[in-house]
Amino acid sequence: MFEIFASLGVALQLIGGADPELWSIVLLSLKLSLASAVAGAAIGLPLGALIAVGTFPGRRALIVILNALLGLPSVVVGLVVYLLLSRAGPLGEFGILFTPAAIIVAQTVLVVPIVAALARQAAEDAWGEYREQLTSLGVSRLRAVPTILWDTRFSLLTVVMAGFGRAASEVGAVMVVGGNIDGVTRVMTTAIALETSKGDLPLALGLGVVLIAVVLAINAGAFGIREWSARHHG
Amino acid sequence: MEMNLPRAFWRLSLTWIAAATAAATLLAAQSASAQGTFITVASTTSTEQSGLFKQLLPEFTKATGIEARVVALGTGQALDMGRRGDADVVFVHDKVAEDKFVADGWGVRRFEVMYNDFVIVGPKADPAKARGKDVIEGLKKIAAAGAPFASRADKSGTHAAELRYWKAAGVDPTQSKTTWYRETGSGMGPTLNTASGMNAYALTDRGTWLSFKNRGELEIVVEGDQRLFNQYGVMLVNPAKHPHVKKEAGQKFVDWVISPEGQKAIAAYKIGGEQLFFPNAKPDR
Repeated sequence: MFEIFASLGVALQLIGGADPELWSIVLLSLKLSLASAVAGAAIGLPLGALIAVGTFPGRRALIVILNALLGLPSVVVGLVVYLLLSRAGPLGEFGILFTPAAIIVAQTVLVVPIVAALARQAAEDAWGEYREQLTSLGVSRLRAVPTILWDTRFSLLTVVMAGFGRAASEVGAVMVVGGNIDGVTRVMTTAIALETSKGDLPLALGLGVVLIAVVLAINAGAFGIREWSARHHG
Repeated sequence: MEMNLPRAFWRLSLTWIAAATAAATLLAAQSASAQGTFITVASTTSTEQSGLFKQLLPEFTKATGIEARVVALGTGQALDMGRRGDADVVFVHDKVAEDKFVADGWGVRRFEVMYNDFVIVGPKADPAKARGKDVIEGLKKIAAAGAPFASRADKSGTHAAELRYWKAAGVDPTQSKTTWYRETGSGMGPTLNTASGMNAYALTDRGTWLSFKNRGELEIVVEGDQRLFNQYGVMLVNPAKHPHVKKEAGQKFVDWVISPEGQKAIAAYKIGGEQLFFPNAKPDR
């Protein structure tokens, strides 16, 4: 118990101390996680909606697979991305292993199934509601996709935040493809893992509290935007 | 529901384009910042976690203008990184494995850089009565007492050394009947956390131990044996095998760490007044 209180003190000191190194790590975590969430949403939202409205063979199997991918083990993703990006691998010539770009790639792979599976559910519910209306207006299924995405945008914001959360909390894959290089690919989670390795548990947990605070702030911001726009454009 | 589909469609598309542009700009900014000369060094957790690199690398960058990016792994994994061509320089501590690495053509040439030493840590009460100067005797006593021992078991340099000591002690701790030998399969720090948690003995390099904070009941029980010396070597990854290796910059790193300047910087690194690494590069190279 004592250690947990001690780490709260450390967290407050870290936040209050405005250590430039800490903030550069926080900023990097934020940038990479937001980039992965945006990239994951750009792929996952249309994919989810297409599966929701589409009729094609193997659709049910695809839904089951997509739902199963919610539990995609991140270390496996890290390993596969590592082997792809390694100099000895097929994408090695780009030389992006152990760079922030490699982290974005791995996190995006983890975010896409979450966004796609949850968006599929939201879009399917909306499709059930508006289907008759849309078809009576002669809107094709494909053309209905943007309408549905736009109409469910407030629920989809939560979906994207779930993707952001997955990216921000990721450690296994990020460690493997990023290498936890000081000042280049060291993000909050790998810094926490490093301090844990060094046995500095209060500092590790203190960093953890900072990370949670940052994620909380981002979610509060997203919630605020949602409330505001729901009031003004809803 | 209002049915202005084209408008909704365009708004959505514009949002996507804006988001994608933002992401692309971010990526471009990231890779632009990586344009300066840098090399990737595959090294071990002991050098990184002891804090040596925090002191050494800025001096190297100041002297040469080259940024050295360190990926800290176990020696086995670090050598593998070199074999795959994902590192320009390998800086590790397992002479046997390093010589093989060079003999197989993956490394250009191995240079000795420095040494530190291993110690056996264990509970203050020392239930196995392992305390002393002799590492082999100490391990024999731990095995005889069946006292818990936490092993890295991760093919690191420290793990390789530990297995050599067990062999010299005539003990095979990995046989299935032993319950006191706990293989953590993780790095030095996590293994020490485990040892601290269950009051087990463990072999560790002195640097990691000195910078390790979660010691619990553990302290050093065996130290000072000649056989506990732990030699570090540095190698440029062979450009003949991997043409993209940054030959000049990587060679500059190798040259610098074995230069008088680099050696002085290594000797100057201390934790609590205690020197961690002892430079011993051979001047005649």
